[in-house]
Amino acid sequence: MANLTVNGEKRTFSGDPNLPLLWYLRDEVALTGTKFGCGVGVCGACTIHLDGEAVRSCLTTIAMADGKSVTTIEGLSPDGEHAVQKAWRQLSVPQCGYCQAGQIMQAAALLTKNRAPSDEQIVEEMSGNLCRCGCYQRIHAAVRLAAGGV
Amino acid sequence: MILKDWKPETASLSRRRFLQASAAVGGGMLIGWVDVAGAEPGSAPAAEFSPNAFIRIGLDGKVTVISPSIEMGQGTYTALPMLVAEELDADMAQVTYGIAPPSDKLYGNPAVGGAQLTGGSNSVRGFYKPLREAGAAARQMLVAAASEKLGVDATELTTEKGEVIHAKSGQRIGYGALADAASKLPVPDKVVLKEPSQFRIIGTPVKRLDASGKVDGTAKFGIDAQVPGMKVATVAASPVFGGTLASVDEAAALAVPGVRQVIKIDDAVAVVADHYWAARKGLEAAAPKFNAGPNASVTTADVVAALAKASERDGAVGKSVGDAAGELGKAAQRLESVYENPFLAHAAMEPINCTVHVTPEGCDIWVGTQVPANAQLAASTALGIERDKVRIHNHLLGGGFGRRLEFDFIVQAVLFAKQSKDPIKIVWSREEDIQHDMYRPYYYDRISAGLDPKGELIAWKHRIVGSSIMARFFPAAFQNDLDSDAVDGAIELPYDIPNVFVDYVREEPPGIPTAFWRGVGPTRNCFVVESFIDELAAAAKKDPVEFRRQLTAKHPRARHVVERAAELSGWGTPLGERKGRGMALLFAFGTYLAEVAEVSVNDSGEVHVDRVVSVVDCGQVVNPDTVKAQLQSGIIFGISAALWGEITLKNGRVEQSNFDNYRVLRIDEAPKIEVEIVNNGEAPGGIGEPGTSAVIPAVANAVFAATGVRVRKLPLKADLLRAT
Repeated sequence: MANLTVNGEKRTFSGDPNLPLLWYLRDEVALTGTKFGCGVGVCGACTIHLDGEAVRSCLTTIAMADGKSVTTIEGLSPDGEHAVQKAWRQLSVPQCGYCQAGQIMQAAALLTKNRAPSDEQIVEEMSGNLCRCGCYQRIHAAVRLAAGGV
Repeated sequence: MILKDWKPETASLSRRRFLQASAAVGGGMLIGWVDVAGAEPGSAPAAEFSPNAFIRIGLDGKVTVISPSIEMGQGTYTALPMLVAEELDADMAQVTYGIAPPSDKLYGNPAVGGAQLTGGSNSVRGFYKPLREAGAAARQMLVAAASEKLGVDATELTTEKGEVIHAKSGQRIGYGALADAASKLPVPDKVVLKEPSQFRIIGTPVKRLDASGKVDGTAKFGIDAQVPGMKVATVAASPVFGGTLASVDEAAALAVPGVRQVIKIDDAVAVVADHYWAARKGLEAAAPKFNAGPNASVTTADVVAALAKASERDGAVGKSVGDAAGELGKAAQRLESVYENPFLAHAAMEPINCTVHVTPEGCDIWVGTQVPANAQLAASTALGIERDKVRIHNHLLGGGFGRRLEFDFIVQAVLFAKQSKDPIKIVWSREEDIQHDMYRPYYYDRISAGLDPKGELIAWKHRIVGSSIMARFFPAAFQNDLDSDAVDGAIELPYDIPNVFVDYVREEPPGIPTAFWRGVGPTRNCFVVESFIDELAAAAKKDPVEFRRQLTAKHPRARHVVERAAELSGWGTPLGERKGRGMALLFAFGTYLAEVAEVSVNDSGEVHVDRVVSVVDCGQVVNPDTVKAQLQSGIIFGISAALWGEITLKNGRVEQSNFDNYRVLRIDEAPKIEVEIVNNGEAPGGIGEPGTSAVIPAVANAVFAATGVRVRKLPLKADLLRAT
């Protein structure tokens, strides 16, 4: 039995404790903003916040989330106005958009820890998140913009 | 799975399309095309007006453009609405997009033979005129409605930002208030389009219309489909192409909590469950075994050996000017090289998926596809039901790159779903996605050229050997054994060479399906041509930029991008030890592009691309911000391929499986990219693919400049480039 909070809502799950949060969120809770990319923690598309830390939900089991708070892209901001989301729109960052929820969750967690990351810190923090459309230059610029306040 | 003997729906030349308008359900105006089969030019349209076609103007003034092309990142859901909005004089803040249902007739792209197909950098090129005409016709009707309403002559009225304006009286009426009346007026026979100097939207950097959903998690991709009663399934197909399913431990799969059903088809098994994880566990428990079939021992080396042998055959002639063979014989200096392009997977971020519900009444399919009309036809053929009983609900594509031009996975999903009473969402694992792709074919090119005593290029001979994608995908483009894609980017060179001979030899690899990949033919050919041009420059003891400059004297657009890219890159200034610059020039998709890559090669031979300068002349630019984004995107995509991209076969099986061994570029490996756009009002060229095509040889040439090693076989493997 796992008790967790998802986007502020208390939930209980009594099935397989090894169920990755990715599939719990997508298939059980129908929160499809968190994306499946590789299933082995190398692409970052499934990044969510677990007690505020960016984690790969494909490698995080529901048992590991017991007693913790999960935030997905849908819960990052009630109106899509998180500084990172605003910066992303302002710079037209997304292309296909599939990896963007993971990128945004990673960037938001970074800015919570570090309000003014250096260019090197941005690159290091974002290097686990793949983007096949190659939006990297804009992702970098948008993180910097969000850090400066949009 | 591959459909054999498949023929896509081809466009009928006798078909005519007419603009027609009608009232919208719930108020407002619709304008779009009706299709009349076999109609003579000038005859009146007889078909029912389709309420889905193209443009809707609501009572609130909102303009919805049903985009005939599908969005997969390239920005088409912004660029195509901009074309309509320009001639309509709409306010971009009031403009939105919709996804088109399947119909070649209504949404076929004139640039691709009238097929409803998004690919080949054709969307803006194909719809530049028709969408503007539709917008202009709607505007004229709104003006006519305002003229009636105000009792003034239409010539006294102007339009701006979604309003008709009568300057004399100071009256302004919003389009929403005119839409009902306008919908009842006749559609003008002829419309006058704006001159580029009158553009207010085209050529300006408009923010993406699809960005909001993509940053707040509400954007729906195929994999996000939610259907009541839906189960989730995952699949294992024969690891050897052409193999069949031998056995499955069904009981073991069903013993996994949450597993509901095991479904078998000829070459694959699906485990259906309450959620993907249970399906995955169930599939592992099922431990499917396969009969490998005739391709059980195929290796990449076999494929390459067959291509090398085929390269000794004469091919279908793609171009013959002057006497290339004769002049080569007389040349003062003669160079000959073999170039190889490997198999590549697409590896879009969204793994292959398809949700299907088959009922006695028909079939619903939720998917992201580049070819909705063909997908509908393929599904109806697989089910043996009428085409209109298959409903395709198309979604955003989490990357296409050519993979979602194919419908193998849709047919597979339909065959599984036929055996399920519940709707099923089939999601391939990343491993399944990489190992059951349809791959960019392996190509083997023999190229030779001759220089005269002054180092002038006098003769050029290029033989291209590989799989014909067109022969399968679009037979009309495979005539007399010549594949138009295979030679694209090899026969219309932006260079002045007096004697040219290019031919193509078709050689199909055993046991591996082939398909289009970003940049299609030009991506392969640009690597060969531009690497070889660099070899010739070195042989002629000329600077690679100067060599290209001299060859482009009769191609001013090409010469301009070469000169600007050289200038912006600081060409000729020193970079340091094991660093170098390389240039490549591309003319393809109606676009001229020069790219200069700067690389560093470390002592272990690993290449880092530090900077790419890109100067593009794609004629009339619709959205400069998208043009920049597409070049940035294409360059990153191409660098991944240049440095690491390679699919190999062993025992008939693809050896790569996930992003850990099919490596793609990360942000810490990405170069600084600079883009300059030449906006010269020429016909619009394509922009989704050129960036990828040109950067691969630019990087290879830069590696030569840095190390002196000429790599003629991609990817640029480190073991060839180690410091000695």
